[in-house]
Amino acid sequence: MAYSDKLIDHYENPRNIGSLDKNSEDVGTGLVGAPACGDVMKLQIKVGPDGLIEDAKFKTFGCGSAIASSSLVTEWVKGKTIDEAETIKNTDIAKHLALPPVKIHCSVLAEDAIKAAIADYRSKVGKK
Amino acid sequence: MNVHTQIRRNDQPIYLDYQATTPLDPRVLEAMMPYFTHQFGNPHSRSHSYGWEAEEGVEKARAQVAKLVGADEKEVIFTSGATESNNLAIRGVAEFYKDRKNHIVTTVTEHKCVLDTCRHLEQQGFEVTYLPVQKNGLIDLDALRAAITDKTVVVSIMAVNNEIGVIQPLAEIGKICREKKVFFHTDAAQAAGKIPLDVEAMNIDLMSISGHKIYGPKGIGALYVRRKPRVRLVPLIVGGGQERGFRSGTLPTPLCVGLGEAAEIAMNEMDEEAKRLTKLQQRMLKGLQDRLPEIFVNGDLEHRIPGNLNISFAYVEGESLMMGIKNLAVSSGSACTSASLEPSYVLRALGVDEELAHTSLRIGLGRFTTEHEVDTAVDELVRHVKKLREMSPLWEMAQEGIDIKSIEWAAH
Ligand SMILES: Cc1ncc(COP(=O)(O)O)c(C=O)c1O
Ligand code: FES
Repeated sequence: MAYSDKLIDHYENPRNIGSLDKNSEDVGTGLVGAPACGDVMKLQIKVGPDGLIEDAKFKTFGCGSAIASSSLVTEWVKGKTIDEAETIKNTDIAKHLALPPVKIHCSVLAEDAIKAAIADYRSKVGKK
Repeated sequence: MNVHTQIRRNDQPIYLDYQATTPLDPRVLEAMMPYFTHQFGNPHSRSHSYGWEAEEGVEKARAQVAKLVGADEKEVIFTSGATESNNLAIRGVAEFYKDRKNHIVTTVTEHKCVLDTCRHLEQQGFEVTYLPVQKNGLIDLDALRAAITDKTVVVSIMAVNNEIGVIQPLAEIGKICREKKVFFHTDAAQAAGKIPLDVEAMNIDLMSISGHKIYGPKGIGALYVRRKPRVRLVPLIVGGGQERGFRSGTLPTPLCVGLGEAAEIAMNEMDEEAKRLTKLQQRMLKGLQDRLPEIFVNGDLEHRIPGNLNISFAYVEGESLMMGIKNLAVSSGSACTSASLEPSYVLRALGVDEELAHTSLRIGLGRFTTEHEVDTAVDELVRHVKKLREMSPLWEMAQEGIDIKSIEWAAH
């Protein structure tokens, strides 16, 4: 399969790999996918006192498109409010990386991961 | 010119996919060349020397193929490849004997062309038993014995599996089939020229062979059809009645000659090549095992051709690994590489966990693989598996002692 340069760049030089302290109050963690399906994404956000996402980290088990999608999303969410981050659509990811049709679900997973991380953060701070 | 630069340009990745196909041996190409140029005659033309010369080339090739498997040359017919041979063998026999028998026995790990042929026959009203395999990929002979009924016409079991390289117990299967008086067909696309085959000693009645798996050309194969006791087939392709009526159409002389030459070379060099490949296989496996924990070989290591390794690199998804090792041409059992997004049915049939099936690579070694290529491949694999494990949430959990099976994943 021929992949776009942007996708390959994110695969080869993934941004923001790693983990944040999942027990910390200002960290939201999303863990989506399933090993049996061949894809698992862990995406974490750290929200600053000003309400902006100041850090984001990911780890992904999955194909190159899944890795690139999660890497891209960590870049996009930084500096955004969680409400803004929540509006990121899988179609934006797929378009930016020029994902082939069979790989669209990998971008869906990245959208799910950011939503799950936000939900986790919100449940921690107890606000809606 | 050195053989290696003939096979691979320096800017091409290292070829480690010898079960997908093999490069043409330069000696085979040389044997074929005259039949592309001045010896272009129709091998079925009887009235002039062009025809006679082409016929001579084809008949020599037929004898070369026959010799490789211990057959008589009259028992070998040329086809377009193992796909056609498998179709012809199974459909041909089933059709011919359908008034008396309607049952076929095969295995779940056969190549798609055998499985699809069987599915097609099921739609026509035949019954098919798909034997399971054991954890090591081999069939259980008692299960085979139990599956054969007095309605069984043919047992079709592959000699060597294309994904995991395991060798089925052909002689034992042949013995059972002969005792029970059913035909034994074997898809030997991955076995011919790699392991000794003898249609007499193994009681094989039909055998499929492919040119491009044995350093011969693509688009040519053969089917061995036993004459004593005689196996009858309904042909798939009718017309001029060539190939004893089993397969009409003008034979592609250069391709036949190439298959013959490839068969002869494989026969002469089989022992040496097997020894060399066994060393390379062990070097590759040891190199990986010494430097990477939690890797697992799929399929039996003993009953296996030396040119195959199929390894699960736990916690690293196969397609992402292949994207990393750009300098290596391998294939994967991962779902993410397949159009169907299903992991390998062969690995699933062995009972390999789905999550491990996603992490598998098939590494094929062959005639032109060098020690240096193996070492380079090991280095690349180790580097990228480590890098991807650092990125893997599953690896992280495993390091923290979390059992990933204990988590409730939302399957999607
Ligand atoms: C076991 C097996 N059977 C059949 C085939 C089909 O062979 P061919 O490409 O000659 O049709 C292959 C190759 O893909 C194979 O590995
Ligand atoms: S994770 Fe399987 S196709 Fe992307």
